[in-house]
Amino acid sequence: MRLFGKTLTATAALVMTTSLALAEDVEVLHWWTSGGEAAALNVLKEDLASKGIGWVDMPVAGGGGEAAMTALRARVTAGDPPTAVQMLGFDILDWAGEGALGDLTEVATAEGWDAVVPTALQAFSKADGKWIAAPVNVHSTNWVWINKAALDATGLGEPTTWEELVAVLDKMKENGITPLGHGGQAWQDATVFDGIVLGMGTDFYKAAFVDLDPAALGGEQMAEAFNRLIKLRTYVDDNFSGRDWNLASAMVINGEAGMQMMGDWAKGEFLKAGKVPGTDFVCIRFPGTQGAVTFNSDQFAMFNVEGDAAKAAQGAMASAIMNPTFQSAFNVVKGSVPARTDVPNDAFDDCGKKGMADLAEANTSGKLFGSMAHGHAAPAAVKNATYDVITAAFNGEYADGAAAAAALAEAVAAAQ
Amino acid sequence: MSVATQDTAVSTGRATRVLIYLILLLFALFYLLPLYVMGVNSLKPLEEITGGNMMALPGQWTLDPWRQAWSTAQIGVEPTGLKPYFLNSILMVVPAVAISTIVGALNGYVLTKWRFRGDTWVFGLMLFSCFIPFQIVLIPMAVVLGKLGLAGSVPGLILVHVVYGIGFTTLYFRNYYASFPTELIRAAQIDGAGFFRIFWRILLPVSGPIAVVSVIWQFTNIWNDFLFGVSFGGTSQPMTVALNNLVQSSTGVKEYNVHFAGAILAALPTLVVYIVAGRYFVRGLMAGSVKG
Amino acid sequence: MAATEADFRTRLQDWLPKLVLAPSFAVTLLFVYGFILFTVVLSFTGSKMLPKFDWVGFENYGKLFALPAWSTAIANIAIFATLYIVICTLIGLMLAIFLDQKIRGEGMLRPIYLYPMALSFIVTGTAWKWFLDPGIGLQRIMQQWGWESFTFTWIKDGDMAIYTIVIAAVWQTSGFVMAMFLAGLRGIDNEILKAAQIDGASNWQLYRRIVIPLLRPAFLSAFVILSHLAIKSYDLVIALTGGGPGRATEMPATFMYSYTFTRNQMGIGASSAVIMLMTIAAIMVPYLYAELKEKKA
Repeated sequence: MRLFGKTLTATAALVMTTSLALAEDVEVLHWWTSGGEAAALNVLKEDLASKGIGWVDMPVAGGGGEAAMTALRARVTAGDPPTAVQMLGFDILDWAGEGALGDLTEVATAEGWDAVVPTALQAFSKADGKWIAAPVNVHSTNWVWINKAALDATGLGEPTTWEELVAVLDKMKENGITPLGHGGQAWQDATVFDGIVLGMGTDFYKAAFVDLDPAALGGEQMAEAFNRLIKLRTYVDDNFSGRDWNLASAMVINGEAGMQMMGDWAKGEFLKAGKVPGTDFVCIRFPGTQGAVTFNSDQFAMFNVEGDAAKAAQGAMASAIMNPTFQSAFNVVKGSVPARTDVPNDAFDDCGKKGMADLAEANTSGKLFGSMAHGHAAPAAVKNATYDVITAAFNGEYADGAAAAAALAEAVAAAQ
Repeated sequence: MSVATQDTAVSTGRATRVLIYLILLLFALFYLLPLYVMGVNSLKPLEEITGGNMMALPGQWTLDPWRQAWSTAQIGVEPTGLKPYFLNSILMVVPAVAISTIVGALNGYVLTKWRFRGDTWVFGLMLFSCFIPFQIVLIPMAVVLGKLGLAGSVPGLILVHVVYGIGFTTLYFRNYYASFPTELIRAAQIDGAGFFRIFWRILLPVSGPIAVVSVIWQFTNIWNDFLFGVSFGGTSQPMTVALNNLVQSSTGVKEYNVHFAGAILAALPTLVVYIVAGRYFVRGLMAGSVKG
Repeated sequence: MAATEADFRTRLQDWLPKLVLAPSFAVTLLFVYGFILFTVVLSFTGSKMLPKFDWVGFENYGKLFALPAWSTAIANIAIFATLYIVICTLIGLMLAIFLDQKIRGEGMLRPIYLYPMALSFIVTGTAWKWFLDPGIGLQRIMQQWGWESFTFTWIKDGDMAIYTIVIAAVWQTSGFVMAMFLAGLRGIDNEILKAAQIDGASNWQLYRRIVIPLLRPAFLSAFVILSHLAIKSYDLVIALTGGGPGRATEMPATFMYSYTFTRNQMGIGASSAVIMLMTIAAIMVPYLYAELKEKKA
């Protein structure tokens, strides 16, 4: 009996060590390869390492994840998906629809994710009632970044309406600077357009971009939105085409341009240049969108993996992502806000605190919407169809806003 | 194959010659320009690039961008530089080039010296593989690699490159061997030499020039490939994917000097191959492939 | 016994060549023609994100030709391919003829002309994107050197951007075309030229009447290589303009890639691929037929 007991403990010990050794690696496909982001991700990697889980890195940068998504398609088709994949919005739901994603519900229930993750985000982290992805952050996209000195030189205050915005831009033009720092890439044009549409009313935004109502897409309000976009083009310099967004930020930082309409990731550029929020630059919501937030959220979608050890490693990774300490550490670096509402805001700066408050407010008032420009309002085919029309309109290919609105309704219908 | 290698017999006047030299030099400048821009800017500190003239020589010479690109630049989660990816590329390129060249040589040998009914059809069908756009094969290829259990591995990547390379290598060797006197083969056959013996003893020794063309062509194409590497490389991604990660990073200050240094580093092996083997390249083209 | 062994050996020798060729042929059938068939089938299905086999008939083709971006892509490939092939051939031929005039330093010049072919698209694209950017490249250099009114903004101009792609593409391959023509020139028997010279032909006549006709195979090879590079041109466009400004430099290859992989409209992507393949076949099949028939004779 004694002997038997000894054997049993020995066996148990053996089983434990093997299961530790077998605690498999997680293979992670992502496009966070620039210094700050990668450093933030490294926090996650080391956290997992302390739990005996190895990290196999598969970085594929470029085009906001487009190259990564191509690589992913090849991996899934070959029946060899990575453990976790950085992903945005509707892509997650599309993959869930293909039945390619795993199930995190066990971890999520144990840790009570349902209570702390904003509902609008859960729409992308859950499918058919199952948790399929762990959200890392929330970016809000309807921000305007203004050079404080350039704003002061206009003698006007922070614009809160479209008319005030136009007045500020006109004044900046008179003062001899490029009023609007902008990069001519489809997603940047669309980011600006998101702000314009949202500024014309949250109901209109929802009808046009979330419900894809043809009347809203092709109607008079949309025509007016396009007219505003065409108007904004007149405040951009001639060299804008193809410019990266961070170069446009640099123009605002060094006073060459007055303002930039860009998501909260632009803040990182200002901070890195040693600029202080409130004294060197100001961050405001896109005029007319106060109280409402358009967001995009990076999530790690968890794919079907074989074997208990691999599933355990996947669960541990999801749990580590949702850890409030990691959420805080990562988002301070990234410029975004945590994907759960119970993370303390001590570590964040003024813009970050404002972002967290805005998110909570918009979440409770029902004015938190997925961003069309960033694939959180409609599936990829529709998003890209709107890109086509928005970019063409910004580059002056339509006679007026009404023509562009008609083209938008047509393009969205064709993509559905 | 006994082509005249001397220059043309055409003679030109003095003024014409000056003009010719001038044009040749102008074009040399045109071809060198981008390389000069990359080289010069990879040796400057970043402030000199953003603030200065991109044609200007560095005010302060520095090798730091090169060091960073090679060993400390951020490619993925860890700042590894391009170094580890270099090895991945070598492990993939060398076998892929060797296999596709050998297979191409054997195919060319069969198609010219062991002809059979319908051999031109076989060749014609194989040749069309040179013209297939690679984007369309991605999904079906992933299915096949998955079935073979080669997805996301170096052998899988080698297989892909061999498959889409043999069209070219077969074309090169076939056209080259076509001008080799078939009588010599027949004579050897009568002497009792077998299929492989004839190939090994008679054809292979004279295959130098066309092998150079085939190797250069395959080496550059495979080394520079991005699409297959990113889709089927799995975690042993090749150099081009790493370089793309380096230059495409979405946020943060763009370190152009490091990007240029990395770009040159990634191109170095193919540049060396072209410069070292370039003279044999024209000779190899001359010896067969162009005459069609 | 010995007889059967010898018999077996001869039979093996008969079969060996076909056995050696067989794997390559099988691989080609599967990985080229099998995959083309797969794409054709896909183009008649409503596939979105991953392949699905729900038959929709010609719907994708209808949608494809209704898309303005596809018309842009077709117009662009026509402009690009024509200019690219003509300019590359002209420059390649000119450089080859000049290099063939007992030029001192030929050994230096040749690798300089050839090396761009060795570079990958990311390298070529980043370098040229920089050089053509008005804010940092050529325009600024000229202005800094005192030519204040100099402007060169093609890459930012929707109507002109396609020509910047021609410039970069010509830069990359014209040296290679030069090598092909040079090889062709070196293969011409000098006796023919000498005979013509004795007859009093001028240099111009010599090249026009004798040399260029003799270079026919080189012209054909250059045409085939250049036209397939033109149709496949994807990398350079992505690296240089990303298809912009707007979608002004969309090409069939970039179109096909974006619909298949980023827009989740795989059916439409496949139908554009089928159109591309048919175009390639329309160019290549007559060429291959002529080439192979000639060989048989």
